[in-house]
Amino acid sequence: MVEYATRDVEQDEARESAGEQAAGADGARSSSPPALDPAQLGAAAPAAPPAESRETVFDVRDLTARYGPTPAIDGVSMEIHKNLVTAVIGPSGCGKSTFIRCLNRMNDLIPGFTAEGEVLYHGVDLQSATVDPVAVRRRIGMVFQRPNPFPKSIYDNIAFGLRVLGMKDSLDDRVEHALKRAALWDEVSHRLRTSALSLSGGQQQRLCIARAIAVEPDVVLLDEPASALDPIATSSIEDLMHELKRDYTFVIVTHNMQQAARVADMTAFFSLSQPDERGDRSGVLVEYDATQKIFTSPAEQRTEDYVTGRFG
Amino acid sequence: MSTMASPLDGGGRLRRRRAVNRVMEALATLAAFAAVGVLVIMVISVAKRGGGSLTLDFFTKLPHPFSFTPVPSGLANAFVGTFVIVGVATAIALPIGVLTAIYLNEFAPRRVAFLVALALDVLNGVPAIVVGIFVFALVVTGRGQSGLAASFALSILMIPLIARATQEILALVPQSTREASLALGVSRWRTVVSIVLPQTVGGIITGTTLAVARVSGETAPLLFTSSLVGDKLHFDPRQALATVPLKIFEYSESPDPADHRQAWAAALVLIGFVLVASIVARAFAARSRRKLGIRR
Repeated sequence: MVEYATRDVEQDEARESAGEQAAGADGARSSSPPALDPAQLGAAAPAAPPAESRETVFDVRDLTARYGPTPAIDGVSMEIHKNLVTAVIGPSGCGKSTFIRCLNRMNDLIPGFTAEGEVLYHGVDLQSATVDPVAVRRRIGMVFQRPNPFPKSIYDNIAFGLRVLGMKDSLDDRVEHALKRAALWDEVSHRLRTSALSLSGGQQQRLCIARAIAVEPDVVLLDEPASALDPIATSSIEDLMHELKRDYTFVIVTHNMQQAARVADMTAFFSLSQPDERGDRSGVLVEYDATQKIFTSPAEQRTEDYVTGRFG
Repeated sequence: MSTMASPLDGGGRLRRRRAVNRVMEALATLAAFAAVGVLVIMVISVAKRGGGSLTLDFFTKLPHPFSFTPVPSGLANAFVGTFVIVGVATAIALPIGVLTAIYLNEFAPRRVAFLVALALDVLNGVPAIVVGIFVFALVVTGRGQSGLAASFALSILMIPLIARATQEILALVPQSTREASLALGVSRWRTVVSIVLPQTVGGIITGTTLAVARVSGETAPLLFTSSLVGDKLHFDPRQALATVPLKIFEYSESPDPADHRQAWAAALVLIGFVLVASIVARAFAARSRRKLGIRR
């Protein structure tokens, strides 16, 4: 756990730019026997493949995304199921964040971004020109890598979305409920009017989760939500996901395999493709299965190398 | 111990580099102090000539209709006129400037933003007299001079200043708070209004204050738009209004030395206003940076 915390400080710089190096460094550092206890997996993942019987929320078909001419992900196809936690793991720069941001059109904001293929959300293609990204994000919320509370009071951080989206009835109750569900209420109930920026990093991130769930989305996407947090804050956020997945569908990007093993029902392993004719490498989905399977008996050699720390 | 033995002795080359460094540093320092010196000398000389006339009457009384009379008189109508004209100009330029900046920073595609920013910079560089003659041809011809025409001319000068200042501060707002709002299913405009703009109020006030200070002393556009005035006090911008810069111009050409003193006093008031406005603008800029968590 301690090693995990220090690693995350570095990964910010390493992200996107120096994918290969960072992946190598990751591998080197965790070359000691992986701290993965198969028994631990049982708690998170049901024994049977959990996805079969579940309703499909996202059906991603052959998704390819680019930033300008630079490929980011290539030909990703996977289904994401309701009321499960789906983790996306893989080395730095393999398109995990790009992928998750395709699920709520956040990449629209990035100049030069283009995507091909389909991202079907309950059967509707999110990429379609007729789909309003605002409506997409209304149903599919997001929690980001760095806690990003608004420079407003704790109360207003939650109430802002509720007000704008017209959920103004019993505002106080909704704020309280959201903060309770994010396990933050006890710590902040006496100072709701103080600035959210006065909270600690872990509290800020839980506030961001409260803010995301307050508006009652279907899906919450988490883009490395614990990477800037210490182990205690991390574990409180993981507990939260266990608690909340009865009502929400979670997709979480994480650098941290132990975290994926702890929280996820399903796990997708992304990696980098071989260089194409121009020398560009893009992120590809290597394997997607029940978390337990990914970590104990993966079908792909590359997956096994990664989860056992031999990835190079 | 001998100098040869020192491991840090680089010989003549090092000595020469050190000398060049000293000379250039001295020159740069000198240049900086010269700039400050010009301001100080100007303020002192204007204060010496105009300070004596700076009485309450100067602000509250009207100009005496006849020269060479010892009756105390003031420039109340010019102060009122400048206040009204600049006020209306700000009311026009502030929303347009801020909206332009919002378009530039929040909505425009990169290439369009580049062109708009370029246009603003060109507009900022257009000489005031050109703006004056443009407004004269567009508005004044056929309708006559008015305070509104003057406001229109000044607002053209203010828009690029306000827009660029606002855009600079908008660019400092972290993208992550925008993303946080958008991820809630909030529209871009609502994100701008409720999340982005509140963080930039200080910067917008800074830009506006500097723009006001800048145009308060503009003379050329007023020559075309609001120069044919009597010495009566009125607040109606539909008619031509007396203004401080034009009074300075007019009185400086007067044969009466008392008028010269009035002109110096008016100049002192203008300088003082710019000084105060700049300090206020700095204070708001600092406050805004603090709010955005930027330390300087």
